[in-house]
Amino acid sequence: MAQYDPQAFTRRAFLGRGMVLASASLAVPSFLQRSAFAMAQPGTPGVDDNRVLVVVQLSGGNDGLNTVVPFGDATYYRVRAGIGIAENAALKLDADQGLGLHPSLAGLKEMYDEGLLGVVQGVGYPNPNRSHFVSMDIWHTADTDATGEGWLGRYIDHQCCGYGKGESGTPDGPAPDANSMPGIALMRTAPLALEGVKSKPIAFETPELFRWTGEDVHESLAAPYEALTGRGGGQDASEGSNADFLLRTALDAQVSSDLIRKAVATRPLVEYPRSELAQQLSMVASMIRAGLKTRVYYVSHGGFDTHAGQGGAQGNHARLLQTYAEAMRAFYRDLKAQENDTRVLTMSFSEFGRRVAQNASGGTDHGTAAPMFLAGPMVRAGIHGEHPSLKNLDDGDLKFGIDFRSVYAGITRDWLQADPKVVLKGTFSPLRVIKKA
Amino acid sequence: MTHSAPITRPVAPGLDRLPDGEFGFDQARHLLWRAGFGGTPRQVQTLVEWGLERSVDYLLNPEGVKLEDAAPTFDRDIMRPATEEERLAYRRAQQSQDEDAVARFRLERQRRERQDREQIREMQKWWLGRMIESPRPLEEKMTLFWHGHFAASYRKIEDSFDMFAQNEMFRRHALGNFGDLLRGIIRDPAMLRYLDNDRSSVRRPNENLARELMELFSLGEGNYEEQDIKEGARALTGYTFADNEFVFEDRNHDKGSKNILGRSGRMNGEDFCDAILGRKACAGFIATKLYRFFVGDVALTLDGASPEARSAISQLAGTLQSSNYELKPALRRLFMSAHFHHPSIVGELIKSPAELVVGAARSLLTPTRDLSVLSDAMDLMGQSLFFPPSVKGWDGGRSWINTSTLYIRQNILTYMLTGRMPRGFDRSLNTQKFDAEPILGELAAGDPSGASDPTRVIDYLLRFALGRAPDSARDALLAFVREAGGRLTGDVITGLLVLVTAMPEYQLC
Repeated sequence: MAQYDPQAFTRRAFLGRGMVLASASLAVPSFLQRSAFAMAQPGTPGVDDNRVLVVVQLSGGNDGLNTVVPFGDATYYRVRAGIGIAENAALKLDADQGLGLHPSLAGLKEMYDEGLLGVVQGVGYPNPNRSHFVSMDIWHTADTDATGEGWLGRYIDHQCCGYGKGESGTPDGPAPDANSMPGIALMRTAPLALEGVKSKPIAFETPELFRWTGEDVHESLAAPYEALTGRGGGQDASEGSNADFLLRTALDAQVSSDLIRKAVATRPLVEYPRSELAQQLSMVASMIRAGLKTRVYYVSHGGFDTHAGQGGAQGNHARLLQTYAEAMRAFYRDLKAQENDTRVLTMSFSEFGRRVAQNASGGTDHGTAAPMFLAGPMVRAGIHGEHPSLKNLDDGDLKFGIDFRSVYAGITRDWLQADPKVVLKGTFSPLRVIKKA
Repeated sequence: MTHSAPITRPVAPGLDRLPDGEFGFDQARHLLWRAGFGGTPRQVQTLVEWGLERSVDYLLNPEGVKLEDAAPTFDRDIMRPATEEERLAYRRAQQSQDEDAVARFRLERQRRERQDREQIREMQKWWLGRMIESPRPLEEKMTLFWHGHFAASYRKIEDSFDMFAQNEMFRRHALGNFGDLLRGIIRDPAMLRYLDNDRSSVRRPNENLARELMELFSLGEGNYEEQDIKEGARALTGYTFADNEFVFEDRNHDKGSKNILGRSGRMNGEDFCDAILGRKACAGFIATKLYRFFVGDVALTLDGASPEARSAISQLAGTLQSSNYELKPALRRLFMSAHFHHPSIVGELIKSPAELVVGAARSLLTPTRDLSVLSDAMDLMGQSLFFPPSVKGWDGGRSWINTSTLYIRQNILTYMLTGRMPRGFDRSLNTQKFDAEPILGELAAGDPSGASDPTRVIDYLLRFALGRAPDSARDALLAFVREAGGRLTGDVITGLLVLVTAMPEYQLC
């Protein structure tokens, strides 16, 4: 005869009781349970549990040639008569190579000068696809057929659950370690990159949407809701059934929602600019500060599909880059103030660059290879790879020099400390972009 | 154990019929959810009174059910190709480097693309509304099945009218003959565009359609050779479209002899389809897909499937084959089988976003409120109509669920029941009251005092909405009613349903 006591099963009471009690209960959310396990067991030797990867996706196809500007190349000014960045405006990275950053990227230039920024040039893949969504899927899956799970989903699967076994939620892998909190994307829907076979990302635009709204209808609904959704698997469903899977996921959701919303409610240590990207990065910084076990965060900054009226040193594209650079600058200031900067690597990419020559509408059309940025104190700062030639083209497009999967492989091996062959489903020679420990 | 008597292997029951006496409330409720989108207590009760056979025949034969649906008016010309005149003018502008004129053409193109994207949104709302309103639920459900089976996305097709025409084709054959669908899909402009057959030519056949036609649409991996793809692609050359209509380009069709799946001759696309339909693997594959949609999660390869599931699928395939791919006899056998109504099958399927949203509206009779909000929520839950993620369609099952989509699922039910959206969505605050009367009416009719007894009402709501009543849930809900003063006012009933639909078990059907 169960007497209902609204306090007994609430998530807050349960969280307050702490990990030791929690691990004994059937009603433990799966990732907390894993953390509790991990405390009793030594982790994988040599793996630093605290390393974080933040991915910044520049959506729409960022114009690489006006981002890292080859001001030393006369061809550049010939094909970009209207939108080219003048030599004296470019922020010089390397005078010998004739390379500079777009003037709106002052924030990144500061980071470069402080040894916090790596620029990887001419990144692409064979037989480039010019469709936004196919090329994006290629970058997300690390597969030029654009099929399969996301590369970071595979990484999280591999870290937490015994890669490739069973359906999500089926406890058939080896005892997972402490890093099994799923990736978090501050996006409307979860990016493919974070979708694993087992690992299912958390995705929300604002934490306000990552919670149950029924309690807004009437406050008296909150306590029974917590009791109903906080039951966890076990007592009301047979193990391995879909009901069991749903009960567990519901408990995971409650606990994640509480942790995340509590984390982002704190004030950041530095002032962030007013932009969506800055807001997203500020939330990521808050979650890192709150000690979430999440190892991969994903944010995005859109609008780079500049077919018309792209502008040069000023204008549309300049504003997009400025928003990006200022947000990145504030993010690393915050992380430094938190003393978490050495734990956080940030990787930026776009699904493709743009064509070498500008078009008739003062813009650029879909192209191929483009630079990537890697940020953080662990990055081998400076310029990696050669700037792609503006003369030796492939039907008007740049030829790539570095396969993006070599960059992924370098990050996977040297930062995430996982096996690139498993994460990337193939062999790609890892690019040395992370300093030796 | 030493010598044992020879083990008599229990005969897997396959699709043996459910005994007549075993079709009650829970079975009728299950049938309505799986062969439709759920039903009201009154509808469940009606099926109970009709019995199994009449109920199944009613659902399977929607032709007799009158449909009051004014034909939707979608503009087929938004993305019409440029006329000869327009093309000439554009070329002249390019040649004379008249950049203003070129820019004007570009802008006009962009305006049309925007307008077409608006039309596809309207189409999503139209179909969702139709699923909610149609008196022929199985017809809509099968249309959704074929959309996921022959998956093509507007994202690549970018012509809303092609999507509409494809949807109508699926509906026309929803419960008809699979062969007609297969032959229909190789003449469907949306699919021809989606799988690049419009770029196929005698000299360079494109293999995309030929491959997927066998791998995903009919036979399944491993039941054909690479050579069949190559030759099949030749058979499909010349199958293209112009301005929303199928076109057979005779001069672009390879008339040479081909060898496909053991048949040979000067085969065209229809002959290719016939060769596929002649394969036993085809019936097996379609039976497996139907089983996954209507009965339970099994791997396409049947790896790990129970003997009962294998036996059911094999009999389903047999019925398909012996009826020459007519769908009704197979589905009729399935819906009337003891296997379909087995307790291990009932309530173990995760609702797709469409089933969740449409099912709530149809069974709880919630206000529809704003179809664009419902459609947006479906997108967030991972199922945007006309935008399947790939030619494989939606994976379904557990892939629908993660912590984020679970909140969206709970919150959209709160919205449907109360009109309340999360803060930040003020525009869609919709205050139309939910009326619980029809839901409780059936309880009151059979048990006049029951409708005012919290215990009985809660049990009734749990059984109706969830098909089960876990003790812990009953206690929490009773406490809520007590806290609210003990009386079952309309608001309290609404509150109860907000809670019940937030229960993880509500995601199952």
